[in-house]
Amino acid sequence: MQKFTQLNGLVAPLDRANVDTDLIIPKQFLKSIKRTGFGPNLFDELRYLDEGFPGQDATNRPLNKDFVLNQPRYKNSEVLLSRANFGCGSSREHAPWALVDYGFRAIIAPSFADIFFNNAPKNGLLLIQLDEATVERLFKEVEATEGYKLLVDLPAQTVTTPSGEVLSFEMDPFRKHCLIEGLDDIGLTLKDAADIKAYEEARAKVTPWIFA
Amino acid sequence: MAQTLYDKLWDAHLVKQRDDGTALIYIDRHLLHEVTSPQAFEGLRLAGRKPWRLSANLATPDHNVPTTVKERAQGVSGIEDEISRIQVQTLDDNCEAFGITEFKINDIRQGIVHVVGPEQGATLPGMTLVCGDSHTATHGAFAALAHGVGTSEVEHVLATQCLIQRKMKNLLIQVDGKLQKGVTAKDIVLAVIGEIGTAGGTGYAMEFAGSAISELSMEGRMTICNMAIEAGARVGLVACDQTTLDYVEGRPFAPKGKEWEQAVTWWKTLHSDADAKFDKVVKLDAAKIEPQVSWGTSPEMVGSVNSLVPDPAKAADENQRKSWESALNYMGLQANQAITDIKLDRVFIGSCTNSRIEDLRAAAEVAKGRKVASTLMQALVVPGSGLVKKQAEEEGLDKIFIEAGFEWREPGCSMCLAMNADKLGQGEHCASTSNRNFEGRQGYGGRTHLVSPAMAAAAAIAGHFVDVREWS
Ligand code: SF4
Repeated sequence: MQKFTQLNGLVAPLDRANVDTDLIIPKQFLKSIKRTGFGPNLFDELRYLDEGFPGQDATNRPLNKDFVLNQPRYKNSEVLLSRANFGCGSSREHAPWALVDYGFRAIIAPSFADIFFNNAPKNGLLLIQLDEATVERLFKEVEATEGYKLLVDLPAQTVTTPSGEVLSFEMDPFRKHCLIEGLDDIGLTLKDAADIKAYEEARAKVTPWIFA
Repeated sequence: MAQTLYDKLWDAHLVKQRDDGTALIYIDRHLLHEVTSPQAFEGLRLAGRKPWRLSANLATPDHNVPTTVKERAQGVSGIEDEISRIQVQTLDDNCEAFGITEFKINDIRQGIVHVVGPEQGATLPGMTLVCGDSHTATHGAFAALAHGVGTSEVEHVLATQCLIQRKMKNLLIQVDGKLQKGVTAKDIVLAVIGEIGTAGGTGYAMEFAGSAISELSMEGRMTICNMAIEAGARVGLVACDQTTLDYVEGRPFAPKGKEWEQAVTWWKTLHSDADAKFDKVVKLDAAKIEPQVSWGTSPEMVGSVNSLVPDPAKAADENQRKSWESALNYMGLQANQAITDIKLDRVFIGSCTNSRIEDLRAAAEVAKGRKVASTLMQALVVPGSGLVKKQAEEEGLDKIFIEAGFEWREPGCSMCLAMNADKLGQGEHCASTSNRNFEGRQGYGGRTHLVSPAMAAAAAIAGHFVDVREWS
C-alpha cells in the first residue's frame, strides 16, 4: 500500500451529494479480476457521452465537456472535493481502486458512507471530513481560483489553503498509523494469532455448531 | 447492565479490544461470490497465506450468471460474455484450489448469496456473518451481526477469521400497528428510508422492532434488513423469536440434536433487553404506511403510490432542490406529475430483496388470470435460488407467471444490477423489486422505480403504477 504523509495537490470540485459507488465505477467494470486499470472508467457515465465497456480503449471515446474532470484546469488533480454521504451504495472496493488509479490521493467531504470509509484508507486513499460550511467555502475558492491546491499534512492532521488558512481534521489513530506506514492490516492482525486461537477454543465450548 | 441485541452480539465475538479504540471481532460465517473475491484470493496467494478456518466459508456465483435456460445449459462454459465467464470460472478455480465449499452455477442450491445463506441454514442466529456485498445486512433478520465488507476485508477474513472494527451506535426503528392489506415489508422499509434518508443510519446498527415487525415472516424480515444499507446502516437487526427458530430448524447447515437444544437456549436471549438504551429511536405507525414507489435516483426519493412527484421549488434547501432537479431530469419526470401516470417499459421481480418464495407468491396472486400490459417490453421473474425456483414450480407459480406473459428465469442477481444480459435500455422505466435506483444501476440510462412484488406485478398488468390495495 502506498504510504501517505504530505501532499500538495490540485483540487477538483465534484458538486454533488450522495455520490454513490455505481456512479464512481459502473458495474460493467466490476467484471475484472484485477485490482488495477479502473482509472479510465472512473465516473464513466459522467465523463463520457457514450456507454463504456470493459476492456475497451477509452482514449477515443466522446468526452462530456461539461464534466468537471474533463476541464483542462482540473487535469492531474489529486484531491477531490465533494458533498455529503460520499461513497454510498455498494461495498465494491473497485470504487477506491478507481479513484486511486485515476490519481486521487485524498477526498474531502462533509461525510462519507460507512463501507467506503472503511475501504478507502486500505488503499492509501485519505478521507478528510470537514464541516458543511467549510466545504462550501472550499467549493467557492476552488471554483474561483485556477490551479487551486491544498496542502494535506496527515501527521499534523491539517489541510492548508493557498491563503495560508489551516484547517484541522479528525482521524482514527489506527488508520492514521497504517496510512503513514503503508501497513497491511492482515499482517498486523496475524500478530494476534494466539488470541484468535484462544477465542476459538473457548467459544467452541459455548457454540460448538459454529466450529463443526 | 441492560444491553441491545447489537451489544450482545458484539460482546460474544470480541476477541480483543485494542488501546486505539479498534477491536478484533471474530467472524463465524463468510459468504463469497464471484465479483468481490478474485482480488482477495490473489492477495492470499501473493502473500502465501491460507484460509484460517475453511468451514466458515461458503461460495456461490450470482452477480453475473446468465438467467436464460439456454445460456445456463452448458454451465460456466456456456456463458456468452467472455469477461463474465472468466469471473465465474475464477471463483470455481479459487474455491477448488483453497478447498472452499461452492454451489456452482448449475447446482440446485446456487442462487443469490443472501438467499442461499438463510435457505441452507448457513445463516444462524447469534452469528457474525460477512460477505463482500453491502446487502449482507439481510442476514440480520436472524439476530445475526451481518454486514458488507470490501475486498481487502474479504481477504482479511479469509486469512484471519477476524475483522478490525469499531463499535457502532444503536438505532431502534420501532414499527407498531397493523399493516393494511396489500402493504408489505418492502413498503415498511421504503417508508423508513423516506423518513430518515439515505444517510440516516450511517454509523448505526439499526434494529427493527415493534408488533408490525414481529408479525412478519422471515422473508419479510430479510427484505427489511436487506435495505438497512440504503438508509446508510451497514447492519440491520431483528430479534430472534419462535418465527426465527421455526425457519431455521432442520436446514442443512443448522445444528441438530443436542447442539440444537444448546443453540436454542442461547438464541432465545438474542433480543434487546426491555430497558436497553438506544442512541436514537424512530417510530412509525404501520397502519399509516401506503404502498411505496420511488420516483428518483436515491432510495430516499420515495413516496406513496397515490402521491405526486415532488416539486423542486418546494425543496427544503438548496442542496435538496439541486438533487431533486437532477433526479427529475434523469428520470424524465415532471414536478407534480401523479406517480400512477408513470408509464412503464419493463418490470423486474427478483433480487436479494424480493426473490424468495413468499415474494413470488405475492406477485403470482396478483398476476393470476391476468395479462401483462401490451405496452410493456418485458416482465421478468427471477427466483433467488434454484431451490426457490423448484418450490415455486411445485406450487405452479411458474405457470401463472408464464400464462400472464412474464418470463420465468434461472436464479441470479439479473436485472438488479445488470451485470449480465438482463438490463434496461436508455430512458426506459422499470418497476423493480430490487433495492437501488441509482443512475445506470439497471442499465445505462435506465430509470428504476423501487416497489414491492405485489406492486410490481400489478404495474406489469396495468402498464403503469396502480394501488395494489384496490385490486384485492
Ligand atoms: S441481487 Fe442485487 S443487491 Fe442483491 S446481491 Fe445481487 S446485485 Fe447485489
